[in-house]
Amino acid sequence: MDEISYNPQELMVVNAARLLKDHDVVFVGVGIPNLACNLAMRTHAPNLQMIYEAGVIGAHPARLPLSIGDPTLVSGATAVCSMYDIFTLYLQRGNVDVGFLGGAQIDQFGNINATVIGDYQHPKVRLPGSGGAMEIAAWANRCYIITPHQKRRFPARVDFHTSIGFLSGGDARAKTGVRGGGPQAVVTNLGILKPDEQGEMVLAAIHPGVTYEQARENTGWPLKITEDCPETLPPTADELYILREKLDPQRIYI
Amino acid sequence: MTKLTTLSDAIRTHVHHGDLVYASGFTHLIPFAAGHEIIRQGIKELTLARATPDLIYDQMVAAGCARKLIFSYMGNPGVGSLRVLRSAIESGQLDWEEYSHFGMISRLRAGASGLPFMPMNPTGAEDLAAHNPNYQQVKDPYTGKSVVVVPPLTPDVAIIHVQRADIQGNAQVWGILGEQQLAAFASQRVILTVEEVVDQAVIRSDPNRTIIPGMVVSAVCHVPFCAHPSYTQGYHDRDNELYLAWDEISKTGESVQAYLDEWVYGVPDRKTYWEKLGPDVHRRLSAGERLSQPVNYGDY
Repeated sequence: MDEISYNPQELMVVNAARLLKDHDVVFVGVGIPNLACNLAMRTHAPNLQMIYEAGVIGAHPARLPLSIGDPTLVSGATAVCSMYDIFTLYLQRGNVDVGFLGGAQIDQFGNINATVIGDYQHPKVRLPGSGGAMEIAAWANRCYIITPHQKRRFPARVDFHTSIGFLSGGDARAKTGVRGGGPQAVVTNLGILKPDEQGEMVLAAIHPGVTYEQARENTGWPLKITEDCPETLPPTADELYILREKLDPQRIYI
Repeated sequence: MTKLTTLSDAIRTHVHHGDLVYASGFTHLIPFAAGHEIIRQGIKELTLARATPDLIYDQMVAAGCARKLIFSYMGNPGVGSLRVLRSAIESGQLDWEEYSHFGMISRLRAGASGLPFMPMNPTGAEDLAAHNPNYQQVKDPYTGKSVVVVPPLTPDVAIIHVQRADIQGNAQVWGILGEQQLAAFASQRVILTVEEVVDQAVIRSDPNRTIIPGMVVSAVCHVPFCAHPSYTQGYHDRDNELYLAWDEISKTGESVQAYLDEWVYGVPDRKTYWEKLGPDVHRRLSAGERLSQPVNYGDY
């Protein structure tokens, strides 16, 4: 078989896109998640619906959106509503299947810190903060995280809970009464982490050519590996063509 | 009665030392021209509230206008961090109060609706509430479950850019609606900046598009291209190059000062600013045309 070459961003986009199902209603962010959604729409999920926290529903962006409120999201969308409506009628009410999340730190139980490194009142590094993440993580049916796999990004515990995964594990998330199912996958450049029955993020799939040792060395907790832990299928020529030629020809995000 | 006035008069009349200001617009319709006029008038000690402080508050804080920031996402959208704000917070020079987007917008919703608080479902993320006592939990009297509540946000003045309005301030917006309407109803005074001042017959031809009624508007200012480097749907595109450039400019105090000297203090008004940007930028930001289908309201 011919080897197809791809970079880590392309690998992550392709694997995230494959997690999306046809007819999913997805709360999208710009950059990699947006590419993943558009790729899914052009492959196996033509009826996927993209909605944006700015209040856009059913976006069909004609160009690559460069911000969460890019005007291309509006032209040709099925609906536009206020921010209050998007967070209540759509997200809080339970009409969002998938949310994408990101952050500086993701911990053993899928909790995310996008707020601060160090003490909140006297920050060592001040990060942007929640935006929509606090509610998306709680109320979307399932959440996905796409991030490079580095030890500093994967501490055992986050400095600050900007949004929750499974808190300390077990039934801790369920006890909070949040409606969503929490993080269902963390897609990295080394593999895919998924929660076990305790809500601990474990290595559930590994990318071609990556070793378990690499994954362990780049994780800040003793990383468990599922019994089967299959190898992911490499990106196909078709997926890479759509990404490179149709979605991000200027290679802004890939 | 006309509310039409110049932006500089509207700012002088309605924005005072120490006010709580909400310059609204989520990525879209951010009233940069008004922020720049506040800087030029040297108004200080403001509390600046916005879901996304964006470059407008980075610039206003750099110019020394603010004592406090209220926000829910402090990033340069699509680029990275807001360096001026970040460094002001990290060095303890700027007071701040923080929410999630939904918490922030719920505060405006309470303020706009005349309610004592707004309830939200819990999110399980309690670290922010531990640092912000405006987040409280109360018992839902119907189910006994816990709900999170936030108090009203009632700014002294909102500044809101819209595509078109009549001289009484009946304002129509299309594209991303953000928190425009809530900010208007929540605030004591409302300065409207408008891309086009239109005859009231234009407004009356499409009443469903009016999101802010003249009754809550204090002043109407005709300020085309007010939102640059953000955008106005159908009028001009977002200037992403400037958003990227700001990431470089904001790396040092000197380059920020040089930017303010050239583009804020160095121009008297938005018309001069827009002309100074030049025809290449105007062309690059042109919106093109994609018209909606007219609807029939009926002749009753």
